[in-house]
Amino acid sequence: MSSWPLLSLLVWLPIVGALPVLLAGARRPRAARWIALLVSLATFAVSLLMLHGFNADSGAMQFTESHVWIAALNAHYALGVDGISVALILLTTFTTILVIVGAWEVIQDKVHQYMAAMLVLEALMLGVFCALDALLFYVFFEAMLIPMFIIIGVWGGPRRVYATIKFFIYTFLGSIFMLIGLIYLYLKAGTFDIATLQALHLTLPEQTWLFFAFLLAFAVKVPMVPVHTWLPDAHVEAPTGGSVVLAAVMLKIGGYGFIRFSLPITPDAASHYAWLVIALSLIAVVYIGYVALVQEDMKKLVAYSSIAHMGFVTLGLFIVFALLRSSPDGVMAGLGMQGAMVQMISHGFVSGAMFTCIGVMYDRLHTRQIKDYGGLVNVMPWFAVFMVFFGMANAGLPGTSGFVGEFMVILASFAADPWIALVAAFTLIIGAAYTLWLVKRVVWGEVTRPQVAAMKDINAREAFVLGAFALAVLALGVWPEPLVHLMNASVTGLVQKLALSKV
Amino acid sequence: MPNFNDILTLLPEAYLTGAICVLLLLDAFVSERQRAAVHWLTLLVLGITALLVISGQMQGTASAFGGMYLRDPLAEILKLAAIAVTAIVFLLARPYIEDRRIAFGEFHTLTLFALLGVMLLVSAGSLIMVYLGLELLTLSSYALVALNRDSPLSSEAAIKYFVLGALSSGLLLYGMSMIYGATGTLDLNAIRMMVPMTPHHGLLVFGLVFLIVGIAFKFGAAPFHMWLPDVYEGSPTAVTVFIGSAPKLAAVGMALRLLDMGLPELLRDWQPMLAVLAVLSLAIGSLLAIVQTSLKRMLAYSTIAHMGYLFLGLSAGTAFGNAVAVFYAIAYALMATAAFGIILALSRAGFEADQIDDLKGLNQRSPWFAGLMAITMFSLAGVPPLFGFFAKLLVLQAAINAGMLWLALVGAVFAIIGLYYYLRVVKVMYFDRPDADRVLAASSNLPLRWVLSVNALALLVLGVLWGPLFDWCLRAFAVA
Repeated sequence: MSSWPLLSLLVWLPIVGALPVLLAGARRPRAARWIALLVSLATFAVSLLMLHGFNADSGAMQFTESHVWIAALNAHYALGVDGISVALILLTTFTTILVIVGAWEVIQDKVHQYMAAMLVLEALMLGVFCALDALLFYVFFEAMLIPMFIIIGVWGGPRRVYATIKFFIYTFLGSIFMLIGLIYLYLKAGTFDIATLQALHLTLPEQTWLFFAFLLAFAVKVPMVPVHTWLPDAHVEAPTGGSVVLAAVMLKIGGYGFIRFSLPITPDAASHYAWLVIALSLIAVVYIGYVALVQEDMKKLVAYSSIAHMGFVTLGLFIVFALLRSSPDGVMAGLGMQGAMVQMISHGFVSGAMFTCIGVMYDRLHTRQIKDYGGLVNVMPWFAVFMVFFGMANAGLPGTSGFVGEFMVILASFAADPWIALVAAFTLIIGAAYTLWLVKRVVWGEVTRPQVAAMKDINAREAFVLGAFALAVLALGVWPEPLVHLMNASVTGLVQKLALSKV
Repeated sequence: MPNFNDILTLLPEAYLTGAICVLLLLDAFVSERQRAAVHWLTLLVLGITALLVISGQMQGTASAFGGMYLRDPLAEILKLAAIAVTAIVFLLARPYIEDRRIAFGEFHTLTLFALLGVMLLVSAGSLIMVYLGLELLTLSSYALVALNRDSPLSSEAAIKYFVLGALSSGLLLYGMSMIYGATGTLDLNAIRMMVPMTPHHGLLVFGLVFLIVGIAFKFGAAPFHMWLPDVYEGSPTAVTVFIGSAPKLAAVGMALRLLDMGLPELLRDWQPMLAVLAVLSLAIGSLLAIVQTSLKRMLAYSTIAHMGYLFLGLSAGTAFGNAVAVFYAIAYALMATAAFGIILALSRAGFEADQIDDLKGLNQRSPWFAGLMAITMFSLAGVPPLFGFFAKLLVLQAAINAGMLWLALVGAVFAIIGLYYYLRVVKVMYFDRPDADRVLAASSNLPLRWVLSVNALALLVLGVLWGPLFDWCLRAFAVA
């Protein structure tokens, strides 16, 4: 293992890089764009370096760094990654490049501030995935809201102020109770070290309170029904880049929180209330799927489909407990959790791509209403190829990444309870219905509107962004093995921990 | 009889008193153009006072005048913080004062007198000294509030402040007399010894209630907060900066001296009282701040809410809780100077910039100041990684540690509500377009710009590196 503080480099590089971007000022947007791109590329390179040095056969934390941060609270600046975080870190650095390229000409107002906000946001999200200290985690987790708040509020749509304040307050509401939970844990354990907290013995009532505190924080972030209402608003009003980051990475932080906190710190309570989360997940999958069906705004439709897809993530994570009860060896349970993880990564690519597609259309016609489009294939053939492809992936067609995760989760659910699997499998129908219907109304058919007839096909920059997403979706769909292998040791280790009661 | 050693222990205050007299005289003779020299001289005086405080404390803890005056680490922290805040206030306020032709010399000397009151108050070892320090502080403050003689709003605020302040001083004095009656002594250490022995427990608790009322009034904690929004709004902003910051340090010193030093045995009596005050302050401060359109009033209500958080730490009654309360007061004072400093930086002759809408589109006019204000607002809201978050984290921890989980939960709920009105300020600056008819121009006064920048950026830097400051607070209560 290298002695370089690779993770610190990863987290701080975008923050330091944001300074010259800001200094470029409003009068030199070109410089701001190029510096931001270089910084994001460098960050991606660092993350690849980390992947290269990562030993996937071990479930332990790697590249660990630890320095005393606040001696009085025994809080540490502690970073480290396991297979799960490596996958999410790569997703983050990859997406950020595409977001910066995607915003190239689209953002014309205060370019330097937009780019800097994106880089800071990236750094904070990376910090969340790297933090091994609960206080540090919380700091990154909350600080992330500030750049996103600004991004939605400054560069967003007409109702941006409402949406962004709702977004901020909603998320803050969830996490402040987690903070109380963390303080409680700290007073019990005398440390914020996550590994120590995971090993801490807690009684069932204690676990229950903590579990619900964590649930509130992460359920808002994921988001789960019924605390999902901020997401459609935030997505609709956010600029394309904001939507992409929000869907591709930020929602994953909720899932990641479950994996790092809820499951290992309060396994007995999680097991006890798994039914609740499973029920909410199934509601998300089916009910929100139907809600997506009736949307007239494309962004709203994809936002609701995100909620439905994230339902699979929470289902996969919590079905683990039912599986552990029936077969303690944890093979099936591991499959469920792997499925949840694959689903998270896949959804990152697919939803990011879908929002980019919508952004491409919006830049040309300045409307997101489905009825304003139709027959795009006639005027934008290349765009139509991508849109149809991502639509297929969103519907979970085999061969795309969307299929892999959903299939794994459904398979695991079947082993737990065929009825759960049956309900979950509904998504294959509903998902196909809302996505394909969207594609039908937007892409296929005759051009009926003169504005649509004047639309130009995608340029090289847009093709690059969509192509990169498409490549990722396809690669993951055809050959998910490297990703599964990357996370396998960490997932197995986690499942083994969950099998043991802490009471 | 006081001897020379007593005077030596009191040297910072003695020096400051002398210096104020010299400055007062000087002000009568200098011409308009030499004012700048007086200004810098005042800052020099502050620097020397700070050095005297530090060098005094290096010789260890001591008491003077038969225990009336104490020199200990707690006093040192609070004094240094108050001196620093006062220096910030002078630097921030100068262009404002000069633009409005407010009595320049009087502003400086009165503020220094108030600072002297703060210093004496936090060093108090007896009830008399507490009262003396407090009165010196508040009397100077009344005059400061009324400094802008021609403004009816200012005069109204001063009258309100004076009447209610006098009432609360009376209540405090009444409470002190009860305590004296029950224990037979004015010395706080002696009171602590006497409390378990006195047969007049009822009288003691009766007196305690009045003490708490007096303390709550000085903090501006609900339901004794009525004066605060009017005074904040009515005072010249240069004075609001001071009133919003340094007296909070004094109040925390006063509360710690009276409750922690004098009456720790009555913890079970005053803890619930402080908890109730905390809840009321959080509720009233957070809820009423939402509907304000004046930035100064909004910040006044936010102060009330913040005092609620501070009481969370105080009510724990532990060494940790006390350290946290001091830490919170320092954090709050820094945030207050930054927030009011922005108003000072944006206002100019004839334009006050004290309405929330006055900040509209600030990001377009002056991105740097908008950024500083955003940092300050997020810090006040308690969003990491800013200083205000860690102050909140610590008070919540102190409350949970003292077994008051419910209080911490109440604090958490109001943190969410409070978030809204701070976000609104950020919203106005970043998301709204500037009005065409209102041209916002940031002050070009260099010291102001620099001090404000350092002040606001300190909220960011201290958000990452607050460990040493907190260790210092902990050492004052000997728990490090």
